[in-house]
Amino acid sequence: MAALLRTSALRAGLRARAAKSTAAMASTTFVRGKATLPDLSYDYGALEPYISGQIMELHHSKHHQTYVNGFNAAVEAVAEAEAKGDAKGVAAQAPLINFHGGGHVNHTLFWENLAPNGKGGGGEPEGKLLTAINEDFGSFETLQKQTNAALAGIQGSGWAWLVKDKTSGTLSVVTRPNQDPITGNLEPLLGIDAWEHAYYLQYQNRKAEYFGAIWDVVNWGTVSKRFEN
Amino acid sequence: MKLLPLLSLFPVCIFASTNPDLAWNSDDSPNPQDLHLTTMSVGAYNLPALPYAYNALEPSISGQIMELHHGKHHQAYVTNLNNALKTYASATSSNDIAGQIALQSAIKFNGGGHINHSLFWENLTPASSPDAKPESAPTLMAEVAKTWGSLEGFQAAITKTLLGLQGSGWGWLVKDSQGLRIVTTKDQDPVVGGEVPIFGIDMWEHAYYLQYLNGKAAYIDNIWNVINWKTAEARFIGTREDAFKILRASI
Ligand SMILES: [Fe+2]
Ligand SMILES: [Fe+2]
Repeated sequence: MAALLRTSALRAGLRARAAKSTAAMASTTFVRGKATLPDLSYDYGALEPYISGQIMELHHSKHHQTYVNGFNAAVEAVAEAEAKGDAKGVAAQAPLINFHGGGHVNHTLFWENLAPNGKGGGGEPEGKLLTAINEDFGSFETLQKQTNAALAGIQGSGWAWLVKDKTSGTLSVVTRPNQDPITGNLEPLLGIDAWEHAYYLQYQNRKAEYFGAIWDVVNWGTVSKRFEN
Repeated sequence: MKLLPLLSLFPVCIFASTNPDLAWNSDDSPNPQDLHLTTMSVGAYNLPALPYAYNALEPSISGQIMELHHGKHHQAYVTNLNNALKTYASATSSNDIAGQIALQSAIKFNGGGHINHSLFWENLTPASSPDAKPESAPTLMAEVAKTWGSLEGFQAAITKTLLGLQGSGWGWLVKDSQGLRIVTTKDQDPVVGGEVPIFGIDMWEHAYYLQYLNGKAAYIDNIWNVINWKTAEARFIGTREDAFKILRASI
C-alpha cells in the first residue's frame, strides 16, 4: 500500500513536471481571477425592519465569505489536479464548485436585487418589466403570490427566482435547491434566499412573514436592468 | 414499502366524520362518492412529548431552540404529514393515481421530518444523566472502536461528514448487515433501506442558529455532551422495528 502510494506520487510528480508551464499559467490565471466578497451598496442595518442588521452582517460577512473561500479553494484544487493530469481529482471538485460557486453567484445577485425601503427598495415594478409581468403572470400581485408559494414549497434549503427565458423572453418563477445557480437558458432577474440563515434570527420558524416582508426591500431598478439586458 | 415506509405503519381506519366540511347537506341526496369520502378517513400522528424539559439540554442546546424545534418545526411536520395523508386517502378512494403521485413528495418530506425528529429527541439526553456517558453503550463502543479505532476517531469522521453537508440534512450513525456506517440524508429524507438508525444529528440551520449562528462546528462539538448513549446502545442491540417504536407510539 505504502509502495503503491509512493509510486503514484512519483508518477504524479513526473506528470507535474511535464505539465509545468501549463500549471504555472493556470496558477497565474487563478490568482488573477480569485473571487472576493463584494461590498454591499448599503449598510447592514439599512434593510431594517424587514431584514435585521444582525442577519445582514452574518449573512454577508460570514456566510457569503465562506462560499467565496470555498469556491477559491475548489478552483485551486482543480488547477492542482489539472496540472497533475488527475481527471478524477478535477471531477471530485465539481460538487464543491457548484455549491460554493453557486453560493457566491447567488448571494452577489441577491444583495444587488435588494435596497433599503424607499431608497430603491419596495414599491412596484414599472415600465417594460411591469408590462412583461402583467403579460406572463396576469398581475404583479399574482407574481408575488406565486413566488411566495414557491418559497413556501421549498423542502430544505434553496432559492426562488424570477427568471427570463433567454429565447422567448417569457418570465417565470423557479426554485433551486441549496446553492444551485440559475444556468442554461434562464436569466436570473430576482433571487430570494430561502435558507434558514436568511431569516431565522428575526423570524424563527415564521418564514411566511419573511417572505411577505422581503417585497418591501426588492430593488426593482436592478430587476428591470437585468430584464432589459 | 421502501418508498413510503410510513404507510406501512399507518392504519387506515374508517369512522364517521364529524368535520362539517365533509358532511353532506341532508336536503340533497347523497352522492355515493361523497359518502365514501366522508366515511373514509385515516388516523393521525401526534407530536411525541419530549422525554426531558426544553431547557434540559443547556448549555449544549438552548431551551429557546428546543422549544421552537419541537413545538413549531416538528409540529409542522406532523400537521403537514396528517394533511397529506388525509388527501392521499381521498385520492386513493377515488382512484386518483395522479393525485396520489403528486402527494408523495409531501409525504416523504413531512413523514421524514416526523421520523427524523422523533428519533432525534430520543437520542439526546441531559448531560447530567448517566445515559449521556459513552460507558452506557459498551457493546456499541466496542464496535465503534473496531470500525474507527476509537470514539474520538468516529467523532472526527462524522464531524467531517456533517461539515461537508451542502444544504439542509442529517447525519446518522447506522447499523447495517456489514456493521456500523456514517450516512447523511438530505433535507428530511429518512434513513431507508433497512439500516437501523443508532442516532441522528440534525444539521438544519434551525437546529443551532439561534445559539451558534454560523458556527456549526461548535454545535457539533457540544452535541456530544447530550447524546443518549443508552438509547444508542439499545438501538444497536435491537432491530429497526425497535428503533421505530417511538413512531408507532405517536399515532
Ligand atoms: Fe444565504
Ligand atoms: Fe430539525
